[in-house]
Amino acid sequence: MSLMSTLARLEAVAGGRAEPLATVRHRHLADRPLVLVPLTTAGEAGAPLGALVGTDRDAPRLLTVAQPRDRDLRFAFLAELADAVLPVLEAYADDVEAAERTETDPETGKRVKVETELCADAPQLIVPSRPGIDFVRLLGRSMRFRRTAEDDPDAPYPAPPRVPLLGRWLTHYGERARVPGSALLLAMTDLLNRHWASGQSNLEDQHLGALLAWIDPPDGLNGAQAALRAETGRDARGQLLCPPAGPATDPAFDNRLLAPAVDRYDLARRQLAAAEDGAYAEEQLARAAAAERDVRGLLAEVMRPTWDAVWRGIDLLRALPAGARVKDRWTGDRWSYTGHRDRVRAGEPPQPRRDDAVTAARKLASREAAQTRLEAAEALDDPLVLAGHRLAGQAFVGEVTDVVLEYSEGKRPAPRPLVTVRSDDGPRLGERAKVYRSLGGKPQTAVFVRYEADAVVLRITDRMGRAKVPAEGSVPEKGDVIAWTLFEHDVRGGPKLPDPEETPWTHGGPPETAGRPALPAAREEGRSGPDAAWPEPDRVTEEDFL
Amino acid sequence: MTGPATATPAMYAVDGTDPAAAAARATDAILHDTLHGTARGVVVDSPPGAGKSTLVVRAARELAAAGRPLMVVAQTNAQVDDLVLRLAEKDPELPVGRLHSSDPDAYDPALDALEHVRKSSRAADLAGLDVVVSTAAKWAHVQGVEPWGHAIVDEAYQMRSDALLAVAGLFERALFVGDPGQLDPFSVVGAEQWAGLSYDPSASAVSTLLAHNPDLPQHRLPVSWRLSASAAPLVSAAFYPYTPFRSGTEAGDRTLAFGVASDGSGTDRVLDEAAASGWGLLELPARRTPRTDPEAVHAVAAVVRRLLDRGCVATSERAGEPVPVTADRVAVGTAHRDQAAAVRAALTELGVTGVAVDTANRLQGREFDVTVVLHPLSGRPDATAFHLETGRLCVLTSRHRHACVVVCREGVAELLDDHPSTEPVQLGVSIKFPDGWEANHAVLAHLREHRVTAP
Repeated sequence: MSLMSTLARLEAVAGGRAEPLATVRHRHLADRPLVLVPLTTAGEAGAPLGALVGTDRDAPRLLTVAQPRDRDLRFAFLAELADAVLPVLEAYADDVEAAERTETDPETGKRVKVETELCADAPQLIVPSRPGIDFVRLLGRSMRFRRTAEDDPDAPYPAPPRVPLLGRWLTHYGERARVPGSALLLAMTDLLNRHWASGQSNLEDQHLGALLAWIDPPDGLNGAQAALRAETGRDARGQLLCPPAGPATDPAFDNRLLAPAVDRYDLARRQLAAAEDGAYAEEQLARAAAAERDVRGLLAEVMRPTWDAVWRGIDLLRALPAGARVKDRWTGDRWSYTGHRDRVRAGEPPQPRRDDAVTAARKLASREAAQTRLEAAEALDDPLVLAGHRLAGQAFVGEVTDVVLEYSEGKRPAPRPLVTVRSDDGPRLGERAKVYRSLGGKPQTAVFVRYEADAVVLRITDRMGRAKVPAEGSVPEKGDVIAWTLFEHDVRGGPKLPDPEETPWTHGGPPETAGRPALPAAREEGRSGPDAAWPEPDRVTEEDFL
Repeated sequence: MTGPATATPAMYAVDGTDPAAAAARATDAILHDTLHGTARGVVVDSPPGAGKSTLVVRAARELAAAGRPLMVVAQTNAQVDDLVLRLAEKDPELPVGRLHSSDPDAYDPALDALEHVRKSSRAADLAGLDVVVSTAAKWAHVQGVEPWGHAIVDEAYQMRSDALLAVAGLFERALFVGDPGQLDPFSVVGAEQWAGLSYDPSASAVSTLLAHNPDLPQHRLPVSWRLSASAAPLVSAAFYPYTPFRSGTEAGDRTLAFGVASDGSGTDRVLDEAAASGWGLLELPARRTPRTDPEAVHAVAAVVRRLLDRGCVATSERAGEPVPVTADRVAVGTAHRDQAAAVRAALTELGVTGVAVDTANRLQGREFDVTVVLHPLSGRPDATAFHLETGRLCVLTSRHRHACVVVCREGVAELLDDHPSTEPVQLGVSIKFPDGWEANHAVLAHLREHRVTAP
């Protein structure tokens, strides 16, 4: 934690209210985000219990499972979820604009520009908390390898038609959420924690209700009191006033309310199955329906506060103006969305269970680059973030007091102006240290030359054009106040990695799945069953029987 | 949990034989496997100062002499330049290529004076030379060239798996040399999603290599020539408990002396203690401080100033007579860059120049006579995984030939007890021993015997 955010937390404690950590909004917020509040069943990994989902804050769609351990009901839930989510995800697919992309020409090996299309906007998915993102990933993993009756007519338990497709989209969103600064899938607690410092610990900040209590406490309470009430306050039935933001549920809710309702449902269904005459069956059917309504009512009641809290968080964030570079990052998200749309349309198989060595390395490299860009962009967009870097000695702001045009030695002397910057930030620069400023959105580099009284002398080394006279506006002028950072604003392209089929011996050679036919082809060859295009399951080893 | 490992004689009594003979045997076995073995790779673990660079230079020369084109992969430009200089020093006639980036000042200008060293930013210009040396980052951009028969990968434990993936297509066989006790490579973003995979891109190159090729011959250099008889036992016991090594010198082979007597201050007393025993702990009163703790920073700077002012001279097996310890033989190590910057500023105020002040990451692989270390946990309210990392403390406490002074606030032992490691255990990831908690306690227990308290 930086000194600035520690200070902000201390001030939040002292003031009884969260302190801003940002003056602008650093993440893209869609006009119509798709909010998803999921709940899962205690003790049953990957068994959804219910969800509120939708783009209209006043009309969430309620999905529930009356008996989460019943796999038919689970499939029905997932089918309904696909019905609620896929139309939103697909609604953005056909509104495209022309764009260019750089690709390697397979014949010449050169980088060439290719005309392509880019979706004009992309659907944004917001969940309440970070475990919600994990749950999205889990749902994605549990659905994307399912096979529908259309995929495989012989499959014994075919999934409803659109479920595997939803799994692929959720997997894509879950992966994208790991890219720093991305906004396709966001957790509300992460968003709020980025923009405000509460007076509680990082762990406590994962509680959406408590976090909102610090940021926007109700009348008459300070942040600490409101947060305590959000965490511990219970009503006459012993139920939390502010239920957990999920996907986990409160045990008191499970034991006292949910379990009895599910039991009633189970009993009615058992008796219905055993019914011998029509009238009795009718009665049990009605009782099962009533019990199901009870479960729905209970889940709606326990999810609604979280649903409203997410939208309140959206309101709070919308009050902040978007940072100047947020739009560029959203363009990256649009590319990501468009890319996945294309892969789905091309009939590619679902994302593999595990990344191969090359894919993992590629992802890591691109995320590290995104992290570097994100940190720089936030500092350049927001004076409060920059202040944190100034305090940490990673940036300084100063007024230009002198500019002397000098030239480099060599055959074609290029301008290398000396700029004197007076700064109270006390920058500590090493010998030949590089510093950067933003010039028209691009970084300009300067090299530290020497200290003078209360100033530093820098030499500008790039972005002045090819001519002997520096391009207009490319050299700072006397009186300019400029923010310089010691960190770079962008990163160079990462290493050239081999194709997965050429994975070297040090990394186990090419993955087994490389070169295997994709799903439809496998089916045409007459192979079927779950092993047609997937790697073999892990071999049983002695350790399995320990 | 057992108590912290303390340095007992039984743990570091490697064997009674002559260290030079033991080291020579190890080197011969390594070179035999490299030149005549059938495995595609050979892995060499080298504790601090065990002659890794000497081994690399020798292996490079023998491979070149055997007519096998060789590429050498190091991790930083400084390491590459250092290797090229060493190669040229041993064998001025050897045709060496230095592949460098297209940045200005891409390589050490000292290379320009070497007649048989060719420098280029394009690999094609260096084709046909016996040895071509570059960084992993630069090699990763080399394409469309004939693969080399042999490679030497230096500091392989500090190389990330994804960096090896990018260069492994360039060679047929390789010798991997590195120090498993130093800092592991890291990533600025989370990589938990790949934890446990044999090719986790954020893991070290050697762990990926051995996961896929478990039968590769592995060797170990058994003698540290840098660490003295006072330092090797502690470093071996604290950081290499299962692969002990010994010092190449005996007690009394190396001494430090001062021309100016102590003025009785804590600063001078800790210098005297370090000169006498090889270790000194200057303990400041317990206090929670920001990272750039002004008192601790000034204490570090004052120790360096007094060390230079008191006319420190070192006697060692390298020279017959005492050699003055000048600023370039002294280093200050910190955990964070801002701490290093603060120490630099404090030294400048005291008029000290020429002392290397840097973080553990950047001091890796370097050697000095005396080091002054700002303890990573000094003044902290918590002990995070970063500050507990075994390699960080190992690097900081194993850069010196003569003595190491640690500056620290009181209360680190209690802090450690309050913060046991809580990192989640990942399936499929082999746990590194010892963990940082254990290693920190071991070092602290030893330092406490050489403690001087500052007012």
